Amino acid sequence: MTQITPTTAFLQGLRRSLPFILVVVPFATLFGVVATEAGLDLIQTMGFTALVIAGAAQFASLQMMQDQAPILMVLLAGLAVNMRMAMYSASLVPYLGKAPLWQRALAAYILFDQSYAVSLDRFEKEPELSIPARIAFFFGVAIPISILWCGTTAVGALVGSAIPSSMGLDFALPITFIALIGPMLKSIPHVAAAIVSVVGALVLGWMPSGIGLLVAASLAMLTGALVEDWSSRWVR
Amino acid sequence: MGALGYSSGQIWLIIVLLALGTFALRFSFLAILGDRALPQFLLRLLRYTPVAVIPGMVAPLVLWPAATGGEPDPLRLSAAAAALFVGVASRNVIWAILAGAIVLVGGIWLTGQL
Repeated sequence: MTQITPTTAFLQGLRRSLPFILVVVPFATLFGVVATEAGLDLIQTMGFTALVIAGAAQFASLQMMQDQAPILMVLLAGLAVNMRMAMYSASLVPYLGKAPLWQRALAAYILFDQSYAVSLDRFEKEPELSIPARIAFFFGVAIPISILWCGTTAVGALVGSAIPSSMGLDFALPITFIALIGPMLKSIPHVAAAIVSVVGALVLGWMPSGIGLLVAASLAMLTGALVEDWSSRWVR
Repeated sequence: MGALGYSSGQIWLIIVLLALGTFALRFSFLAILGDRALPQFLLRLLRYTPVAVIPGMVAPLVLWPAATGGEPDPLRLSAAAAALFVGVASRNVIWAILAGAIVLVGGIWLTGQL
């Protein structure tokens, strides 16, 4: 099999990114709407979305800001949601670890769920792909999604102020979170972790400044990992 | 909804630190050459972070919504249930958001609050 050029790989990535338009556009618009409703100005909203580029974490820290949580807790909530990115980073090392540092840094900046999932899938199926082609494919997926993410956030921020608050926008964040979690409940360990998280957070709600949530989340992570451990032994 | 209780400087501090922290998480292992693997159990823990953090954060918001002064609200509970059900059944975030939004906005409209 002949090696494909980086340009071809980039274009292939671009094509693979197209279906995600349907996910990114409404989601980013919603962030723009909710952020401006919460009181962030246009520049802050755009700075947030362009520098962080991580939907769920942006919503999580915005929620903590609306709860007037201490800054440390706002950061912890956002970063906790992004912990999975470290896992993505680790699992891409065998494929991208030998690319130039600046390329790895740029790829890291736009490493999110979609760019990770699509790229890893391709890298695993085609181990003969050259490193420049892998990097080009990754950017082909990630760059258009990132641009679209920022652009539609701006649209949401601009139209957001036109939506009357009686429309139930206060509940847009909770619904978004639930919608994010539903598709993640794909195995018994995931369901167990989610249940421990909910029960823990409700029982420990009396603890100040979101500490109860941190404790509940830690217990829930442990639950997920342990249940996975047990169930894999059970199957064997 | 009013402005957040943070100064503009504090908001930018949050944005910049969150951006740096997120980048650090993303770059972490890609920054180190070679394929040094993480301990298996740590990878397992990391896999459950979203599902461990988000449900706990959202549960009090659903049970005691700020918009009704912390009183449980049948409308918001139904919207949450619709989003969860459609999310689990369709495995699609956007359909789930739509289901929740339709129940909520439709309910607000039907009860004449709009």
